[in-house]
Amino acid sequence: MEQTVRKVYVGNYSDLPERIGKTVVLEDKEIAVFKLTSGKLHAIENRCPHKGGVLSEGMVSGEHVFCPLHDWKINMTDGLVQAPDEGCVQTFDVVQEGEEVYVKVPENEA
Amino acid sequence: MEKQKLVLIGNGMAGIRTIEEILKLLPDQFDITVFGKEPYPNYNRIQLSKVLQGDTELKDITLNEWDWYEDNGIRLYPGETVTKIDKDNQVVYTDKGKETAYDKLIIATGSNPFMLPLPGVDKEGVTAFRDIEDCEKMIEYSEKYKRAAVIGGGLLGLEAARGLLNLGMEVDVIHIADYLMERQLDRAAGKLLQQELEKQGMNFLLEKQTAEITGKKRATGLKFKDGGKIPADLVVMAVGIKPNVAMAQESGIEVNRGIVVNDHMETNVPNIYAVGECAEHDQMVYGLVAPLYEQGQALAKHICGMNHQGYKGSVLSTQLKVSGVDVFSTGLINETENTKSIKVFDEWRNTYKKVLVEDDKLTGAVLFGDTSEGSKLLSLIKKGADVEEYLESESSADDGADVVASMSDDELICGCNGVSKGAIVDAIKSDGLTSVEEIKGATNASRSCGTCKSLVSDLLTHTLGDEYAGNEKETICACTDLSRDEVIAEIKEKGLTHTKEVMNVLEWKTEEGCSKCKPALNYYLGMVYPKEHEDERESRFVNERLHANIQKDGTYSVVPRMYGGVTNAEDLRTIADVAEKYDVGMIKLTGGQRIDLLGVKKEDLPDVWKDLGMPSGSAYAKSVRTVKTCVGAEFCRFGTQDSTGMGIQLEKKFEGLNTPHKVKMGVSACPRNCAEGGIKDVGVVGLDGVWEIHVGGNGGTELRQAELLAKVKTQAEVLEYTAAFLQYYRENASYLERTSHYVERVGIEHVQDVVNNDEMRKELSERMDEALSVYKEPWNDVIESETTLKDLYEKVNAN
Ligand code: SRM
Ligand SMILES: Cc1cc2nc3c(=O)[nH]c(=O)nc-3n(C[C@H](O)[C@H](O)[C@H](O)COP(=O)(O)OP(=O)(O)OC[C@H]3O[C@@H](n4cnc5c(N)ncnc54)[C@H](O)[C@@H]3O)c2cc1C
Ligand code: SF4
Ligand code: FES
Repeated sequence: MEQTVRKVYVGNYSDLPERIGKTVVLEDKEIAVFKLTSGKLHAIENRCPHKGGVLSEGMVSGEHVFCPLHDWKINMTDGLVQAPDEGCVQTFDVVQEGEEVYVKVPENEA
Repeated sequence: MEKQKLVLIGNGMAGIRTIEEILKLLPDQFDITVFGKEPYPNYNRIQLSKVLQGDTELKDITLNEWDWYEDNGIRLYPGETVTKIDKDNQVVYTDKGKETAYDKLIIATGSNPFMLPLPGVDKEGVTAFRDIEDCEKMIEYSEKYKRAAVIGGGLLGLEAARGLLNLGMEVDVIHIADYLMERQLDRAAGKLLQQELEKQGMNFLLEKQTAEITGKKRATGLKFKDGGKIPADLVVMAVGIKPNVAMAQESGIEVNRGIVVNDHMETNVPNIYAVGECAEHDQMVYGLVAPLYEQGQALAKHICGMNHQGYKGSVLSTQLKVSGVDVFSTGLINETENTKSIKVFDEWRNTYKKVLVEDDKLTGAVLFGDTSEGSKLLSLIKKGADVEEYLESESSADDGADVVASMSDDELICGCNGVSKGAIVDAIKSDGLTSVEEIKGATNASRSCGTCKSLVSDLLTHTLGDEYAGNEKETICACTDLSRDEVIAEIKEKGLTHTKEVMNVLEWKTEEGCSKCKPALNYYLGMVYPKEHEDERESRFVNERLHANIQKDGTYSVVPRMYGGVTNAEDLRTIADVAEKYDVGMIKLTGGQRIDLLGVKKEDLPDVWKDLGMPSGSAYAKSVRTVKTCVGAEFCRFGTQDSTGMGIQLEKKFEGLNTPHKVKMGVSACPRNCAEGGIKDVGVVGLDGVWEIHVGGNGGTELRQAELLAKVKTQAEVLEYTAAFLQYYRENASYLERTSHYVERVGIEHVQDVVNNDEMRKELSERMDEALSVYKEPWNDVIESETTLKDLYEKVNAN
C-alpha cells in the first residue's frame, strides 16, 4: 500500500484573514487552515476530539486554538490537546508556492 | 427511664420554635405530641401576604415540613383542636375525642383576629387576615369581585391592602386615627407613608368609624358613623388581635389579657407553660415573632433544666413589608415632655428619621424611606446605649462592625429566626462562610423580614476581618496578575487601543491571551472608547463573530428581531418562506418570545438574512437580547399601562448595545407580571400612573429576584432610568457578570443612589447615547461587505 499526497488549493496568502480559520471541505472530512499573527500557516483536522466541534470557528491565540463548543485548547503545531483535557487532532503540512497556499492531504490508494 | 411526656397545644410559630430549641438542648429527653387546629405543618405566618398575592404556595412558606416531625419522633395531630385541659389529672382532650396525658404542657394557641362587633359582620365576604384559609377566601373573592375595603390602617391592614391591589382589586383602607400605623409611627412618617401608598393606588378614608356592613346575604358596602358609605364586595377586618385564651381560662388557668406567665413562662398551674401571642408577661402581650422566639428560647432552657435568667421582656421593632416602602420603628415613637429628639427630614430624597433621647439614653426611633440604620438603632436601644455612642457611630465609617463587636454572643442578630451573634460567628468559622447569602442558607439569619442583613454583613467583616474586607484579588484570567479594575485604569491612563497592545504593555504571561481575556479586553476597550475602538472580530466568540448561534453539529440558529415579541402576518409569512427555502431543521418559539430557525448552514446565513429582511435579534450576543412584553392595557382587563409599546421602545432604543453579559428585559402592565419582570435584568411593571423598574433578576443558573430600582411616571423616564442603570452596569461590571451578580455584589442601595441622582443619571444617559450611536445592524453589515462574506462565511470546496 502506498500513500500519496494530494495538494489542495486553499487560496491566496494575502487573502487569508489573520487569526480566523478557513474551512476546507473534502469528501470525507474538513480541514481548518489558520494564518497566525506571526504569519505562519497551520492546518488541522476541523473536528475537535471532544465532541466534534468545528475548530475553524475557534478563537486563535498564538499557536493555539480554543474549540468553540466547550473551550478545549488545542496546539496547532502538533495537534495536541492541552491539559487538563486530553487528545489530539491530525495536523497537515501547508505549502506556499508564490502567493498560492496549499494543504497536503495524505490519501490511501488501493 | 421512661421519657417525659411533653404536649404542645398550637402548631404555630412560637410553639414549634420552642420545640426546636428543646430538641437542640436535649434531643432524646421527651416524648413529644403536638396538636394543631390548622391542617398544615408549621408555616411562616409573616409571609402570608405573599400567599395572598397569589404567587406563593403553602410549601414556599412552610417552616417545618411533615418530614421534620417524623424525623424528630414528634406525634403531630394536624386539624385537631384541644378543647379542655384537666389540670389535676394532667390530661388534655380534643375535639376528636382524644385524651392525652402530659408531664409538661405548653400552650401556644396564638391569637384570634379581633372582629369589630358591627351589624353585618357575619355576612359573606367579611374576613380577617390571619391564616391560609383567610388568604384563600380573599383570592377567591378577587377573582369574582372588584372592590375591597380594609378596615384598619395598621401593619396588617396595609399588607392586606397591598395584596389585594396586586390581585387587581380596588382598595379602600378605612382607618380610625388621622394617620396610618399610629402605634408604630409618628405623624410625620405616617403621612409620608400614606403619600407613598396612594401612589401605589391605595385609597384612604381616615378618621372614619365603620357603623355597619351593608348587604343582604353578602357584603356589598360599608356605612360609617358620619353617615357616609362606600361599596365593597370584600371586607377585610384588620383592627387587631386578641390572645386566644378561652380554652385555658375555662380549664382554670389564670388569665388576664393573655395567659399570665412569669419569667420562666410558667402559668399559675404546675407543669403548664404558655408562650407566644397567647401569653402575657409582665403585663405585656406581644404580636411579633421576635419576642415570641425569645420567649421560646427561655422556656426551652427552663424545661430542659438549664440554668437561665429567664425571659425579661423585649424591645420591639417594626418593619413594613409592603413593596417599595421602607418603614422602621422601634421603642418610643412619640415625644414627651422628657424627651429630646434628633430629626432629619430630607425632602429631596423623601426620607425621614427621628431618634428619641431621654436622660441621654436612646429610647426610640422612626425611619422612613431609608431604613439602613434600623438594626443598628435597635441594637443600641436594646442595650440602653448613650446618645453619644450613636452619634459617634454615625460619623465613623466602620460603625457597623463596632456595634456587632460590642454585642454579646447570645444577643439576637436575626430576631425573626432567633439567630444569635454566637451562632452566626460559629457558622462563619466552622463552615468557612464568606457571604450573607451563605449565612442565610446555613443559619436562617436574615431569611424572614431582612431587617438584619446589614448586621449580618457587619458581623462577617468583624469575624473575618481583612480577609473579608480585602477579599482575594480576582484577576481577569491566568494570563495576567491584574484585576479588571486595574486593567481598565491602565487602558484609560495609557490610552491603550487594541487587545494586543494591552497584553504587550501590561506584560501578559501568554503570547496572545486566551479565550477568556481576549473577548473581555475587546469589551472593555469598546466600553472605554465607544467611538474610537474598532471591534476585533478575532477576539469575539464565534457566535458574536458570525452573528448566529453555533449548534453542536456546526450549523447555526437564526433569530430575527421581533420588537417586544410582537409580529405580524407579513413577517410570519416571510419567516415561513425562508424556513422552507433553506430547509431549516426546526422552527421553534423561544423562551424570550421570538422565533428561532435552527440548523442553518454557515454558508447560507447571509442569504437567509437577506431573504428575511429583518434586523438581527442578537440572540447570540452579550448584548440586549429580548424585551418580553405582556398584552397590556390595550387588551387585557387588568392592564394599566401600554406594556407592549413600552417594551418595543426599550428594545428599539437598546438593540445592539454591547454589555458585559446578556441583558434580558420584561415589561408587564400590572403586578401579575406576565412578562416575568421579577427574573429579568430589567423588569418593568406598569401600575396605575406609575412604572416600577426592577433590576438584577435572573431566571437562569442562579435564580434571583429583581429588586426595585425606582418608580417613575412616564415612559420617557423608564427609558432614561434604564439607560442610566445599563450604562452604570456596562461601566462597572466585569465581563461575563450578569446584572444579577453585579447588583448582588454592589447592593441595590448603591445602584439606587447612583441612578436616582439626577446629575449622575444625566451623565450616564449621555454616555449611553454615545455607546448606542455606533451601532450598525450586523446582518445587513455582513451582507453589504464583500470581504466579510469572503473571510467569514465562505468555505473552500475541494471536492
Ligand atoms: C433559544 C433558547 C431556548 C428556547 O428554545 O427557548 C435558549 C437557548 C440557549 N441558551 Fe438560554 N435560551 C433561551 C432562553 C433562556 C432563558 C429564558 C428567557 O430568556 O426568558 C434563560 C433564563 C433567563 C436568564 O437568562 O436570566 C436562559 C438562560 C441561559 C443561560 C444561563 C444564564 C445565566 O446567567 O445563568 C445560558 C448560558 C450563558 O449565557 O452563559 C444560556 C445559553 C443558551 C445557549 C445560547 C447555549 C449556547 O451558548 O450555545 C442556547 C442556544 C441553543 C442553540 O443551539 O441555539 N441560556 N436562556 C431561548 C432563547 C430566548 C430568546 O428568545 O432569546
Ligand atoms: C398577615 C400577617 C403578617 C404578619 N407579619 C409579621 C411581621 O412582619 N413580623 C412579625 O414579627 N410578625 C408578623 N406577624 C405576626 C406573627 O405571625 C405572629 O406574632 C406569630 O405567628 C405568633 O406565633 P404564635 O405561635 O403565638 O401564634 P400562631 O402562629 O398563630 O400559632 C398558633 C396556632 O395554634 C393553633 N391553635 C389555636 N388554638 C388551638 C387549640 N385549642 N388546639 C390546637 N391548636 C390551636 C392555631 O390554629 C395556630 O395555628 C404577622 C401576622 C400576620 C397574620
Ligand atoms: S437549557 Fe438552554 S443551554 Fe441548556 S440545552 Fe436547553 S437551550 Fe441549550
Ligand atoms: S467539542 Fe470541542 S471542546 Fe467540546
